[in-house]
Amino acid sequence: MAVLEVRDLGKRFDTLQVLHGINFSLEKGEALAIIGSSGSGKTTLLRCLNFLEKPDEGTIIVNNKVIFDAMDPSTQKESEVRKKRLHFGLVFQNFNLFPQYTVLKNVTLAAELLAKERPDYKQNKKAVLEEIQENGRRLLAQVGLSDKLNFYPHQISGGQQQRVAIARALALNPDILCFDEPTSALDPELTGEVLKVIRNLAERNTTMIIVTHEMGFAKDVADRIIFMDDGVIVEQGTPEEIFGNPREERTRQFLARYNEGR
Amino acid sequence: MNQVPVIISRLSESFLINCRLFVLTLLFSLPLGLLIAFGSMCRFKPLRWLVRTFVWVIRGTPLMLQLIIIFFGPGLIGMSVSWPNGDAGRFTAATVAFVINYACYFSEIYRGGIESVPKGQYEAGQVLGMTKRQIFFKVTLLQVIKRIIPPVGNEVMTLVKDTSLARIIANKEIIMMAGEYSSKGLIWPLFATGVYFLIFIGVLTVLFDYLEKKLSYFRA
Repeated sequence: MAVLEVRDLGKRFDTLQVLHGINFSLEKGEALAIIGSSGSGKTTLLRCLNFLEKPDEGTIIVNNKVIFDAMDPSTQKESEVRKKRLHFGLVFQNFNLFPQYTVLKNVTLAAELLAKERPDYKQNKKAVLEEIQENGRRLLAQVGLSDKLNFYPHQISGGQQQRVAIARALALNPDILCFDEPTSALDPELTGEVLKVIRNLAERNTTMIIVTHEMGFAKDVADRIIFMDDGVIVEQGTPEEIFGNPREERTRQFLARYNEGR
Repeated sequence: MNQVPVIISRLSESFLINCRLFVLTLLFSLPLGLLIAFGSMCRFKPLRWLVRTFVWVIRGTPLMLQLIIIFFGPGLIGMSVSWPNGDAGRFTAATVAFVINYACYFSEIYRGGIESVPKGQYEAGQVLGMTKRQIFFKVTLLQVIKRIIPPVGNEVMTLVKDTSLARIIANKEIIMMAGEYSSKGLIWPLFATGVYFLIFIGVLTVLFDYLEKKLSYFRA
């Protein structure tokens, strides 16, 4: 069953068409990598899924429910967008950790705020908060940061910050975890630790969309690859198909350019 | 020589007017400034331009002139409700003028602070399902405060000294008091007023240093 279905998604910035006729679906437990050169629309696509940008065309369907339809204003109510966002988690290129909170608090803050909306919050306050804390500690252990719980973001390395950001995104238990070039802002020697965490998530069958420039990593970890160029999906397929035997000329050119640079 | 303690006590008494004006101005202009800042960032264009024009006028004209206009203005245009008579009226008018003036300056400091928080912070809050309110209070506010402490400190120190402008509408603050002596040929009280201001500013310097240190545990 498809967790996510995107149909005919389009997005313009003024007159510039940045996404056009985007169609794809994502199965539960699948890891999808989106590759393509800068400016091809990969990041905008992720931002549309997370409601940071509003698509001009198309529909987004999660768990067989239409959560966005460009033609139907009733699916675009500001008040519901917040809840709909929770289907997705997003890990940013620049981490965007909250600088004034400790590592642990970064991971638990959103869950604590959401818990306040629960009707039984007042009676079980202590137990609920304890559970959130416990979950936060577990996730930080999972990304290998148990010894940094009480550090502030500026006290840890970029790679560690990004791992905190991953734990933070996981804390709300999203259906689909999105990565927007998660290693692009990192020094080369720090990318490994972040990729390892993502690989680990893939092995646990986390449903993921990864926008990345790390071709080797995409090939290894993704179940499926989408190649984008100029706002359209040029080609999609298994890693073997895309990297071993691309059908489209544009894909070939892109991969050739990429290999030249190595 | 035994007039020295008398003069000191009269200077001190009049300095209380400066202090009261200082406290009241901060009390009202700090929150009012935030309201004006929101107005000047409002997505509704007419309101935004109205607010920005108002800020331009207030920042673009001397506070001394504003004091005069606010004190004499209502009477001149024949408004039936004017300032109360005597000291109370003069002091109230001065407070109103100071509050409006400083709120405009603070609003620009707030706006700068709010706009300097990286967009990624708002977006991180959004994708984590936070409401706008939660993002403001839980994510950005403390970062804004950390950033604006130095410029606010500057403004607050300027305010201490600006309070003596209230003498233009006959509020008997410390410099006006000292001026009465100097016009009779006794000059040292005027110099002595400087000590009052220096001590006040000294205390504020320590306070703002403390606040800055208090927020130095994170980087933003």
